[in-house]
Amino acid sequence: MGTLQRFAMASMLLAGTAALGAPPAASKVTSELIAAAKKEGKVVWYTAVDLPVAERVAKAFEAKYPGIAMRVERSGGERIFQRIGQEYASNIHAVDVVNSSDAAHFIVWKRDGILAPYVPEDVALHYPAEQKDPDGLFASWRVWLSVIGYNTNLVKREEAPKSFADLLDPKWSGKIVKGHPGYSGTIMTATFQIARDLGWDYFEKLARQKVMQVQSSADPPKKLALGERAVMADGNEYNLFQLKEKGEPVEIVYPKEGTPLIIGPGGIMKDAPNPNAARLLQSFLFSTEAQQLMVDFGGLRSFHELVKDKPGRKPLPEIKLMKDDPAAVEKQADEIKARYSKYFKV
Amino acid sequence: MTVGVAMPRGRRADLSGAVLPLFAATLCLLVVLPIGWLIVFAFTDRTRHATLANFRVLFTDSAFLDPLLTTLVLSVAVSLICCAVAAPMGWIVARSDMPFRRAVRIVVTASFVTPPFLGAIAWELLAAPNSGLLNQLYRSATGQGPDAVLFNVYSLPGLIFVVCCYTFPYVFVLVANALDRIPGDLEDASSMLGGSAWRTARRVTIPLALPALAAGALVAFLQAMTLFGAPGILALPAGFHTMTTKIWSLFQYPPKPELAAAASLPLLAVTVVLLRAQAAALGRRSYAVVGSHAPPRPVKLGALRWPALLLCLGLLSLPVFLPYAALLNAAFSRIPSQPLTPARLTGDHWRFVFVELSATRLAMKNTFVLALLSASCGTLLALVISYLTARAAVRGHRVLDVLATAPIAIPGIALGVGLFLAYTRGPVVLYGTLWILLLAYVTIELPAAYQQLRSSFRALSVELEDASRILGASRLRTLRTVTAPLLGPSLVATWCFVFVAVVRELSAAAILFTSETKVLSVLIFDLNESGDLAAIAVLGLTMLVLTSVVIVVANVISGLRSGPRVRAA
Repeated sequence: MGTLQRFAMASMLLAGTAALGAPPAASKVTSELIAAAKKEGKVVWYTAVDLPVAERVAKAFEAKYPGIAMRVERSGGERIFQRIGQEYASNIHAVDVVNSSDAAHFIVWKRDGILAPYVPEDVALHYPAEQKDPDGLFASWRVWLSVIGYNTNLVKREEAPKSFADLLDPKWSGKIVKGHPGYSGTIMTATFQIARDLGWDYFEKLARQKVMQVQSSADPPKKLALGERAVMADGNEYNLFQLKEKGEPVEIVYPKEGTPLIIGPGGIMKDAPNPNAARLLQSFLFSTEAQQLMVDFGGLRSFHELVKDKPGRKPLPEIKLMKDDPAAVEKQADEIKARYSKYFKV
Repeated sequence: MTVGVAMPRGRRADLSGAVLPLFAATLCLLVVLPIGWLIVFAFTDRTRHATLANFRVLFTDSAFLDPLLTTLVLSVAVSLICCAVAAPMGWIVARSDMPFRRAVRIVVTASFVTPPFLGAIAWELLAAPNSGLLNQLYRSATGQGPDAVLFNVYSLPGLIFVVCCYTFPYVFVLVANALDRIPGDLEDASSMLGGSAWRTARRVTIPLALPALAAGALVAFLQAMTLFGAPGILALPAGFHTMTTKIWSLFQYPPKPELAAAASLPLLAVTVVLLRAQAAALGRRSYAVVGSHAPPRPVKLGALRWPALLLCLGLLSLPVFLPYAALLNAAFSRIPSQPLTPARLTGDHWRFVFVELSATRLAMKNTFVLALLSASCGTLLALVISYLTARAAVRGHRVLDVLATAPIAIPGIALGVGLFLAYTRGPVVLYGTLWILLLAYVTIELPAAYQQLRSSFRALSVELEDASRILGASRLRTLRTVTAPLLGPSLVATWCFVFVAVVRELSAAAILFTSETKVLSVLIFDLNESGDLAAIAVLGLTMLVLTSVVIVVANVISGLRSGPRVRAA
């Protein structure tokens, strides 16, 4: 997926600022590592990716390395962040490998010094420089978009919204579902980008549309498939790909103003309880095999240059994107949550 | 009677003196520590300097005033509706000759095993405005357009309705049990003296049942006020907060435990005031029902027998039949909102939960280990404390009574906050272990267990215990060999009550869990976050079946062991 590099944003790299010394050397999966990981026998992955995708990846890992039980701890990105903060404050080190849907979290974790440097061979060889931390603490595990969507049984194609501005039309009052930036890292990132580009004014008006508020960015697509709401104002493109390809009546809209770009990095913890299994899992997660699975089954997108797009999905270069900026999200997260609660009352 | 066995006298020291204060100390630790931390945090800032700023925010910011008002409306409405429904239904079941009344009673009691959060999710499946099965049925039956909505569960009335569904069993059981205890001969006397049926009801039955109804109203109010599960599912999509969901949201990053502590104190205050008012009211209205226990004579309903049954079944469809039908549908249908047809039948959701979902086994193990432990520890603790207070066995037993009842005033979520504050720092760090959840569960369920056993103690005459003591047995030995067997059925009932309550507990667990100590309720709550309704249905149904099995087994075992003997006593 070399084309992706052109769209990769440098901000994540900048967040690391002036790292001294060379990044750690790339690590191969050796038979010693596998043996040591098997001795540990288990690995715990905190992730914000939608549960069926996460469990599918876990099953693939267990199939490849029998004898290592992988446990998935899935929750919204913001809740993962809160959970790790709460557990680490009490010296509870349960998590081995972490993946968030809010890249800003990795800025905080890096600053707090709780990540361990580890560069899987695939990351060193096949990932664009902008998509890896210069100190080797994390790399972009997955990329996706927060899009508008609609249920094709309830909305005709020609009547569907084409832009964020269209969602403010009174005809959508009471028909919109959306995720919450207090729980979902995807929605936090998307809310930042939309508020930056369109102004908070947009959310103030959207809040008057009697929006159905859910937590995770994985939920609005599912509410569309149920037929519970006709339109989603934000939520995961990848869930819509999954549903659409299963024949459910949902359709994706890439808004005219631009589509929020979400990057979900992954890294391993310095105090991982299963350090060898953690390394093995991190290597697996960035391998062609896992990345291709994530794309094909999950509907996500990959920065791995050997991973192929699934036909029928609109390639990223053809989509007008909003620019991501994790450093700014990190600074403004509290203000975004407060302002959002003020408008939406929850 | 197995009491009069010879006792080895004076051979061993009476341990009661040492053991009893130990229980008192345990109780202090359970109750005083978390409440103490709550108060400290509520009245201090981040650096633990004294301040009233938290309360200033609480009573001026509309982000807190609105939830406060919503909670008040919710609690009053639930309390009134539950009484209006449970009182007549309780009377029909306890005092009339309605067919299948025993079965109806069992179903109401059994409906208690449904956790309110699961009920709320089931009602989402039924009454979400667009995808809800009942709304779809309504539209296809009336031929109305896609915007026609009969029920909207994502609203305050919707939330009130769902909370009522899972609160009314409390009121029903209280009222029906009270009506059971009213001796038939009092009513007979009234009618023999020429009182009309209505006069008898007004002068005899209703006054005797009124304290139970008042207690029921209070329980319903407190349940609704402190409930987190149903609002946690429904309030966010409906676009408002209750106090409990607001407190929970204060644990989002960055956590604001000071505000959370302050926000839980008004709930505590309201509860204390109401409990005191109830005690005062009942104090003046205590009826000593003495004399024979003539079984109450069922009132003949005549032609109304079958309509009465239909009414009861109709009411029961709301908390039981419809929700479980919706969950079954979701567990087997490809898309949860679509009615099951052979073409849509799938076993994928079961495979997902039991093969792919890596959290399932751990959560099940944690839940059942905790439920068994909490039920056993809680019942034991409640037994000893109720013995101490009912028999005035130690000095200061009134303090014990207050302490054992106090947790009823603490919303589970606030207790979770208090325990979190108490056990995430030294000297004892329990956060991250099952122990902290055990503490939370025992504390939360103690009041109910205690009150149940205390009233059983009061109904038990003291002569047998006195005989045992006169023969030289210690208090503990008397408790073990005389009192406990006599209390057998009550003990089993209490044990089952705590077991079920632990399985359905969410509010404290939602604060106290870590990934290693996740329980089923939290797993389901997390699945709801990402809208995995089918997986929830599978887990919920499994949880229900396992809980029922445990309860049946407990009752069978106790029936085999102590049933006949207790009846003989």
